[in-house]
Amino acid sequence: MPKYPLFKINFGYKTLSTRRVVITGLGAVTPLANTVSETWDGIVNGKSGISAIDSFDISAFATTFGGVIRNFDISQYIPEKDAKRMDGFIHYGLAAGCQAFEDSGIEVNDNNAERIGVAIGSGIGGITGIEDCYAVYDKSGPRRISPFFVPGNIINMISGNLSIKYGLKGPNFAIVTACSTGTHNIGDAARLIKYGDVDVMIAGGAERCTTSPTAMGGFASAKALSRRNDDPQRASRPWDRDRDGFVLSDGAGVVVLEELEHAKARGAKIYAELVGYGMSGDAYHMTSPSPGGEGAARCMKNALRDAGLNPEDVDYINAHGTSTPAGDLGETQAMKSALGDHAYKVAVSSTKSMIGHLLGAAGGIEAVLTALSLKNQIAPPTINLENQDPECDLDYVPNVARDMSMNVALSNSFGFGGTNGTLIFKRFE
Amino acid sequence: MSNVEERVKKIVAEQLGVKEDIANDASFVDDLGADSLDTVELVMALEEEFECEIPDDEAEKITTVQQAIDYVEKNA
Repeated sequence: MPKYPLFKINFGYKTLSTRRVVITGLGAVTPLANTVSETWDGIVNGKSGISAIDSFDISAFATTFGGVIRNFDISQYIPEKDAKRMDGFIHYGLAAGCQAFEDSGIEVNDNNAERIGVAIGSGIGGITGIEDCYAVYDKSGPRRISPFFVPGNIINMISGNLSIKYGLKGPNFAIVTACSTGTHNIGDAARLIKYGDVDVMIAGGAERCTTSPTAMGGFASAKALSRRNDDPQRASRPWDRDRDGFVLSDGAGVVVLEELEHAKARGAKIYAELVGYGMSGDAYHMTSPSPGGEGAARCMKNALRDAGLNPEDVDYINAHGTSTPAGDLGETQAMKSALGDHAYKVAVSSTKSMIGHLLGAAGGIEAVLTALSLKNQIAPPTINLENQDPECDLDYVPNVARDMSMNVALSNSFGFGGTNGTLIFKRFE
Repeated sequence: MSNVEERVKKIVAEQLGVKEDIANDASFVDDLGADSLDTVELVMALEEEFECEIPDDEAEKITTVQQAIDYVEKNA
């Protein structure tokens, strides 16, 4: 008899576990604020966190602004000696991870340590640290390359360092799928809980690219970024006819996922249930979405099937909604394709209108915000939606947050490489 | 305190995040909490500060603050 019995139902081609997964902890570092509560406060009030980039001389760049993290103090989470050996993306991920785990109230002991894991990824990882180290090499040669260069910049080191801090001996990994990273880490982590491998996973994503000249230059060269340099706070404007690209942002979003009975047994507070997860590949182009949002639509359908829900059950979608001309249109078409006429009855919003696009952290922070949307029964607004694109004709909750009855909410993430992920959350009562 | 001693202790304090007074006989690993990567970086910082090159086989013998001071006074 295994220590943790697992009940499974054979469901045709698929074996479904009866284990349910709930969210019991949240953590956030965003351009709006460095805590969950202050970030949520900014979101429901429609505030923008976007500002001019001042960490390096950006005057020659096509885009000069982004979602920069301000007033962040890593020393409240880890010793400064350790912190200086890690790139900032690890700092943000650790901060959000610590917040989420402490919010959950779980105490680690000899009995449960192996049943708690970590899956926090990043789209790009320590790119600023890589640039800085190359500059040292260029100036002083190979003998000056720090022994902390590799462990201080590789992507799985948020998961690694968080496990070391708390003694978490379960699965430890980081999925890398560009802008779907956070969503895929959360979705796969939840499956480990459902499968019975673990009872708790800390999952999400983190990113820091606005400090990197090559990252800012690369996204600018790909014509992906908004160039509204004279008005940064109005640059991220999903579904608006004058949108001209996304706003690159830094930060992290992390959730604690926990098996329902485990959470109930310790009297945990539950933000929402994670009831569905879908993925798909576009198999189309390195950076452009597939025509008609075909890949994204399949992704949403897969998530609905996983959740055992119908399109009519969906009340709210936290969209990928990056504010690029092609992406916003493609996602709109995908939502219509996946939900049919019901798409017109769903409240859809892009929190990226306020915090910008956190790349690998986007799915993490948007899971945090979607869980809070369900808990608080509020749909966040899409700000800067002044003249709605006629081809984007859904209800995007323009400019003002909306109190609404909400039972089921989706969160979409789509990444370079044509990699898609959808999470479905349900109100927990 | 000699100039070299002062500078070595400043670097040790910065590299290893030591806030208290550092004893000359303190071992980097046993007393000051350094791990194998810390000691490599510490030697690099000493090389940088004293504009010298410490060969790997010599660096491995520097395990205490006093040994670092002695090495610098003799070689740099």
